[in-house]
Amino acid sequence: MTAIPLDQGLGLAAALFALGLAGVLVRRNLLFMLMSLEVMLNAAGVAFVVAGARWAAADGQIMFILVLTFAASEVSVGLALILLMHRRNSTLDADASYHLRG
Amino acid sequence: MHELLWLVPTLPLLGSVILMLGAGRLSTRAEAAAGALSVGFAAVIAFTIAGGFLLNPPAGAAYEQTLWRWFDVGGLSVTIGLRLDPLSLVMMLVITGVGFLIHLFATEFMEGEEGYGRFFAYLNLFVAAMLLLVLGDNFLTLYTGWEGVGLCSYLLIGFWWRDPANGLAARKAFIVTRIGDTALLIGLLLIASRLGTLNIAGAMHNAAQSWPAGSPLATLAAFLLLGGAVGKSAQLPLQTWLPDAMAGPTPVSALIHAATMVTAGVYLIARTHALFLLAPAAQYTVGGIGAATLLLAGFSALAQNDIKRILAYSTMSQIGYMFLALGVGAWGAAMFHLLTHAFFKALLFLSAGAVTMRLHHEQDIYKMGGLARRLPVAFWSFLIGSAALAALPLVTAGFYSKEAILSGAWADGSSGRVLWAAGVFGAFITGLYIFRAVFIAFFGEAHTEVSGRYGWRVILPLSVLSVLSVLGGLIELPPALGHVTLLSNLLAPVLPASKEAASVAPLLVASLAGLLGIGLAAVLYWRPARPPAETPLWRFWHAAAGFDWLYDRLLVRPVLWAAREGADDVIDSVYDAIAWTARTLHEHVRRTQNGRVRFYTAGLAIGSISLIAIAMIR
Repeated sequence: MTAIPLDQGLGLAAALFALGLAGVLVRRNLLFMLMSLEVMLNAAGVAFVVAGARWAAADGQIMFILVLTFAASEVSVGLALILLMHRRNSTLDADASYHLRG
Repeated sequence: MHELLWLVPTLPLLGSVILMLGAGRLSTRAEAAAGALSVGFAAVIAFTIAGGFLLNPPAGAAYEQTLWRWFDVGGLSVTIGLRLDPLSLVMMLVITGVGFLIHLFATEFMEGEEGYGRFFAYLNLFVAAMLLLVLGDNFLTLYTGWEGVGLCSYLLIGFWWRDPANGLAARKAFIVTRIGDTALLIGLLLIASRLGTLNIAGAMHNAAQSWPAGSPLATLAAFLLLGGAVGKSAQLPLQTWLPDAMAGPTPVSALIHAATMVTAGVYLIARTHALFLLAPAAQYTVGGIGAATLLLAGFSALAQNDIKRILAYSTMSQIGYMFLALGVGAWGAAMFHLLTHAFFKALLFLSAGAVTMRLHHEQDIYKMGGLARRLPVAFWSFLIGSAALAALPLVTAGFYSKEAILSGAWADGSSGRVLWAAGVFGAFITGLYIFRAVFIAFFGEAHTEVSGRYGWRVILPLSVLSVLSVLGGLIELPPALGHVTLLSNLLAPVLPASKEAASVAPLLVASLAGLLGIGLAAVLYWRPARPPAETPLWRFWHAAAGFDWLYDRLLVRPVLWAAREGADDVIDSVYDAIAWTARTLHEHVRRTQNGRVRFYTAGLAIGSISLIAIAMIR
């Protein structure tokens, strides 16, 4: 099995990250924003794995597992918040809740 | 036994801390117990130590107890230490003994008042500070106590803080005495820098060594200490705060503004008498101030209708006698009068408090009348106190102490004769004004309803103080009347002996003056009818010769004017500009705080991308 070149792997990560960021900025539905966040996290994970493979070090995979754990905990809290917001506002539109404006 | 000396100031302090921490959690009974017993135990220890001291005097006539070292900087080492010598012994016994009686009285007097525990917390703190003042072996400890009693005086004058007038009186007392305190502090710094020590005994020893009599430095130091004493003891020209201080509860007036704190100035001068002996000019001034104050306050007391204000002016007047005694070098006589004055003035204030307790806090003597039969306990106490104040010959303590002062003044040469004449005239005025109050308030027709009865906590202090006011003078009798010298023997190691008049004539004249005053009061006020007409003369003395008016025009108004005018000057506009800029920026920046998550995310993304771009380009 030939190794994936570093620049191609990082290019994939950058594309994924940009897609996720665009999703967070463009989508108004909170659920989709959360999913886009997951995409961004995974982009970071891909970057770690590719770098780990390039230098044949275990750190990249360890960091990926850490990122996965973070993502799981973030999703659990995020989903609970979304559920609460849906109960309060009966909508998942992020722009509909601006009660924290200064 | 004297190892327990540190407990004497510590116990009241402990009581105060307990009352402060337990505020709102203790029952009224517990608060009264903590307040009165802490001083009571301190008094028991103080009297036990005094017994040991008298039976078995220590070497050098002083116990010294060093508690700990405060600081040691640049060759100046200051320890927290207590020194018990005959002078501080007398003061300690007065403070704890009379203080305990007043605390006991206050537990009944203050019943049902809001802030019962707060009152005793302040009062205990006062006793602790006052004991520190008289027991401290160096000037810094003394000054700590000096400021402590000033603070407690402020807190207690403004105790009934819901009335803004009381807060005003408290601030006035604090600010006016502060002028004196500042002079005292400068004086202490002068002593510390020139004599190299703050230990009182050491400084006095060094002063006598390095400063010749009449040297400018000694005179300056003595005048600065005198400034402090004048402020604390309400003498001319810083006397205006004392009558207003009567806004506090009556036990406060008895303890702080009659028996103890206001005599701190007398104590300070007696304590530093070595310095005043080096500065004759300062010592003459002390006597002059005393004579002027005793006459001014005596006349002012004649034109008052409020019983507590009469007593306040009479306190000023009696402390004037003590200053007069210090001025003519009758140090022992000043301390003797301090002692008897603490008894009879506390008695007068407490019996006046006992009267107002039953008259719904009515203090106008013209609204009392005929109380002799209806309030016999208060009447007899007030009568005994008045007799002692007016120096009724032979049977009262005040007679012997005032006699000692006038005798010392008579023996002090020609300038002493002038002061003696002022003192004798003051004795006449004293008899007149205090028996004016007695006749108007306790005789004639009744004007007010009397309700309630006295408990033992009122009767016991009044009885003890009455006995002391009568018999307290027997510790020191003039040569013509038995020649007892217990007090001067006790004070001999710390205070130089006083001169005494050899002949009996001045003694007779002074006794006659007091009797004449009482007699005139009986003639004028036996059948009192109406309050006096408001003649210009009456108004002049009612306002204590217009010092308040003068200071208001001379000092208060210019300062207020300058403060008002200076409120919008150039410097102020700089700070205004800073505030304006901050507010304007805030108005703009707060628009970005719009509560939209996606806006914030975009901001974060743009920010991070820009930072990374900058990092890469560099």
